Amino acid sequence: MATAKEIVSFKDVAKIYRGRAAVTDVNITIKEGEFVCFIGTSGSGKTTTMRMINRMLEPTKGTIIFKGKNIKKYDPVKLRRTIGYVIQNNGLMPHMTIKDNITLVPKLLKWSQEKMDQKARELIKLAELPENYLDMFPAELSGGQQQRIGVVRALAADQDIILMDEPFGALDPITRDNLQDLVKHLQETLGKTIVFVTHDMDEALKLATHIVILDGGKVIQDDTPDNILQHPANNFVKNLLGEERLLQAQQDTLSVGDIMSKNPAHITLGKSLSEAIWEMSRHHVDSLLVTDDSKKLKGYIDLETINDHYAKDLSVSDIYANNLIKVRANSYLRDTSERILKQGYKYVPVVDSDNTLIGIVTRASLVNVVFDAIWGKDELENPEDANLPASITEGSEKA
Amino acid sequence: MANQPLWNQLVFYFTHNGMYLLEQFGRHFLISFYGVLLAAIVGIPLGIYMANHFHLGDFIISIANVIQTVPSLAMLSIIMLWLGLGVNTVIVTIFLYSLLPILKNTYTGMKNVDPNTIDSAKGMGMTPFQMLYMVKLPLAMSVIMSGIRTAMVVAIGNTAIGAFVGAGGLGDLIIRGTNATDGAPLILAGALPTAIMAIVTDLVIGLLQKHFEPTGYYKTEE
Repeated sequence: MATAKEIVSFKDVAKIYRGRAAVTDVNITIKEGEFVCFIGTSGSGKTTTMRMINRMLEPTKGTIIFKGKNIKKYDPVKLRRTIGYVIQNNGLMPHMTIKDNITLVPKLLKWSQEKMDQKARELIKLAELPENYLDMFPAELSGGQQQRIGVVRALAADQDIILMDEPFGALDPITRDNLQDLVKHLQETLGKTIVFVTHDMDEALKLATHIVILDGGKVIQDDTPDNILQHPANNFVKNLLGEERLLQAQQDTLSVGDIMSKNPAHITLGKSLSEAIWEMSRHHVDSLLVTDDSKKLKGYIDLETINDHYAKDLSVSDIYANNLIKVRANSYLRDTSERILKQGYKYVPVVDSDNTLIGIVTRASLVNVVFDAIWGKDELENPEDANLPASITEGSEKA
Repeated sequence: MANQPLWNQLVFYFTHNGMYLLEQFGRHFLISFYGVLLAAIVGIPLGIYMANHFHLGDFIISIANVIQTVPSLAMLSIIMLWLGLGVNTVIVTIFLYSLLPILKNTYTGMKNVDPNTIDSAKGMGMTPFQMLYMVKLPLAMSVIMSGIRTAMVVAIGNTAIGAFVGAGGLGDLIIRGTNATDGAPLILAGALPTAIMAIVTDLVIGLLQKHFEPTGYYKTEE
């Protein structure tokens, strides 16, 4: 898996039909073993782009490199035999048995009969269908079964790369799900490169390791699913992804550092208790985080403890509690929020790798995340000002 | 003889002229067959070509349609002016009449092959010729056969008229019957075998057509 080789690359490719550009300025690099989804609305040029790979369409401009060679240098017929091809309505030959269908490309390549028989049996197993289906005709199979054959047929001649043009568009959701699993499984176990055209974002996110978003014949974004979810290139991509998915993605990938309040109320070990009380009242909080002089987090001290042990000559270091949970700034919010919300902590201090206090996550900061999610980010440009006092005040209600 | 019932006269004719009748029967069939065969040889490739260059399709089919509208007797006479009396004139007439159904059905059959199937055949790396004989022709064959079937039945009927230009065949008997006094048995002796030939040919080609039907297609409908 080390450094995967490029298998297909588009260089400034354009396709123009009668003066109308179907696809322009396409620059995509597909590496071996990738599961690439071309996604876009109809008319976005996704199918056009895909069909140029096996020369079903010829680019008007630009070059496409396949395995280090310009595709124009290949004989189109021979090229197509090395590229698997699956289309929406399965494209099985209705007058041929399943076996003949599966071994169509091997037959074109003039394999021996035994080798073809063996391949057919091997592939029907991959399709998770019984072997006696080999002698049936496509019309005798259900739509989902037909498409299973369509998928494994594309593997018959050990093609390294398979093009799929909305292969599951016509199937019901449950069958589609099963077939997606099948394709993903085949791709992972056999290490094939798959170029998959779809308009279904769920499908793309489920299957792809590399997503190319097209609109109006242009590539809008070309990245991994995670990066696209985290940094959608523009509003079109955001719409395509949908609010809900973006939110989920955000929750999944937001780190504690992204939402923590900086400069939490804290006090150093050497300070006296009266200074601690003064500090609390200044910040309107009922507890303080305790650090040493180099801002390393030591523990916390709260008003109740001070009340119980108050004596003039005691300092913070004598009575602070050190049974404190803390989180690292780079840990994921989803884990932290669970702790705070389910285990009833009022706040969790945030530290960096050498235990230096750098912030705090309170219930209020979590509320802000939800608030952002519902109302959009723009309204709270500067959350820090608003958060800090309020967040720690909240704790004081319980004291 | 003439006072016998018609049926007896007919049986008498069959028993006494059996060999002659058989000869005319064979001649009649062959004239039709050759005409249709020629039409198939020309019409099927032309239809395939038309299906691939579809702007031509409508034009050629309208020409064939025009040919079809000429009454067969008129057509026969026109061709006679060119080829004179004899079998060839009839075969050419049959050819012209058979061209339309064969052409039309070939064209339709090829056009009706699911474009998805063709796309996937091409995408899997078939040459145009492989696509033709492995995909398009097998799928269009039953429609093409049905064109030949129509052509053949029509041809058998038209060949009977061919007797007017001296081509022989069962039409000969019919014409002689119409010219003779009390010629009813002669007419029947010509007409009945012609009808039987048409029916049997229709059945046989129908069976052939079934045989050529793409196997997988209709299974689920049964």
